[in-house]
Amino acid sequence: MIGFVQILRRDLRLAQRQGMDSVMAVMFFVIAVVLFPFGVGPEPNILARIAAGVIWVAALLSSMLSLERLFQTDYEDGSLELLTLSPITLEVAVLAKITAHWLTTGLPLIIAAPLLAVLLNMSVSGFPMLILALALGTPSLSLIGGVGAALILGSRRGGVLLSLLILPLYIPVLIFGVSAVDAVIGGFEAKAQLLIMAGFLLAALPLCPWAAAAALRQSVE
Amino acid sequence: MTMLFHRFANPTRFLRLAAVIQPWMAGITLLLGAAGLYLGLVGSPGDYQQGQSVRIMYVHVPAAWMALFIYSSMAISAAVGLIWKHPLADLIAKSSAPIGACFTFLSLLTGSLWGKPMWGTWWVWDARLTSMLVLFFLYLGYMALVNAFDDPQRGIRASSILVLVGFINVPIIKFSVDWWNTLHQPASVFKMGGPSIDPSMLWPLMLMAVAFNTYYVWALLVRVRAEIIANRIRILRLKQVHG
Amino acid sequence: MASIAEFFGMGGYAGYIWPSYIVTVVLMVGLLVVSRRQLRSNEQTYKMLDAARSEENKDGTVEKKT
Repeated sequence: MIGFVQILRRDLRLAQRQGMDSVMAVMFFVIAVVLFPFGVGPEPNILARIAAGVIWVAALLSSMLSLERLFQTDYEDGSLELLTLSPITLEVAVLAKITAHWLTTGLPLIIAAPLLAVLLNMSVSGFPMLILALALGTPSLSLIGGVGAALILGSRRGGVLLSLLILPLYIPVLIFGVSAVDAVIGGFEAKAQLLIMAGFLLAALPLCPWAAAAALRQSVE
Repeated sequence: MTMLFHRFANPTRFLRLAAVIQPWMAGITLLLGAAGLYLGLVGSPGDYQQGQSVRIMYVHVPAAWMALFIYSSMAISAAVGLIWKHPLADLIAKSSAPIGACFTFLSLLTGSLWGKPMWGTWWVWDARLTSMLVLFFLYLGYMALVNAFDDPQRGIRASSILVLVGFINVPIIKFSVDWWNTLHQPASVFKMGGPSIDPSMLWPLMLMAVAFNTYYVWALLVRVRAEIIANRIRILRLKQVHG
Repeated sequence: MASIAEFFGMGGYAGYIWPSYIVTVVLMVGLLVVSRRQLRSNEQTYKMLDAARSEENKDGTVEKKT
């Protein structure tokens, strides 16, 4: 537990000093979403129809941006190897790093989302669910992304490869996340979607750090 | 059982076994494939509903079955490789991937060709085709990762984890895509053949399915042999450098 | 021969059926050919390297060839 907090603190401090990761993620998020009216036309009805989907896809892509570096710097300067040898369980350390990633990337996206929903003329009834669904979904994205980030360590062309690997795995979260928002806008309940997303998160919490740790051990062998 | 398992961990023994089995696989594939093709194209009737286009089913369905079956084999091999460190298991996974990707692509292509006369468009986002598309990306991701490292061993080991993660996700993806599909396409999805398939159609289907399976073993043996020898080349080259 | 033409026509679905079958066969055969070529090439390379190694040993050095 102490180890978790230690590593979480360290990563947050590093992110804070760097400063740019959160800002860049949000900026990319905004720009990506803003592209759509240019692409499909500014007509409010069309934008409202695609708003939930566009925001979710953009959130997916934005959260992927900083994933490549999740373990990269530690891998390069040797601290990853030290981490595998330290008394802190590697899985716990991984979970701490992924948590830091979510706090610096996912959370800002959730905060920025309502503004973008306004830009896309999304019905106001969907705003609370948008935030809730993103809050449930983005941790899963960080968790799955963490596995991908661990797998590509030491590979050529890591960043693009990472996208190819994890975007298919993001699809279920995307489907249910958008469905939850669209359901509420349409006047229906979104309980099933939320339960399913909660299920994903609960399953990902133990499994993803485990898989990522296995991949990390392989990379330092 | 475990003795059998360990007997064929030895690459040399595997090579000898492969040399024996391979011609048989080739022969069966060609024989059953020819029979399946004949029955599929000539010896079976058209469908009362779909006409002659039902013949595409005889390549589309076996291809789709193989796409799934091969991915499952890869997952099992990967698990065996990770847990028991069986040296051939990883190679079987790596060698299977292009074959599986090929079948997935074929199922998508023939699915599209089968659907055009049916639905009027070249692509439809129905649950089955969409799931196949995602599976195709899983294959491509595996192949990209396995070749992305300078050290081939690292590539194989990383990919083994990837394929297991993907395998666990396949039912989740299938479930999600089904959900997504019923949300957006309340119209009934095309059902192949109805509740029971006429025996005259069952024969070509089964023959092709078996032929595709023996083809998989055939191609797999060729590729694994190539991998084993590639490993030996690598070892020889290292010895040359280091004396 | 009307029946051969009919056969190739496949009741109007020829444009869908024949490409399906032909691409299937071409890809499957192609994959096999490429794989076999790779195998042959590897076997050649291995033979060469192996021969070169035993050549090295012929200059009198006593080295165990593994």
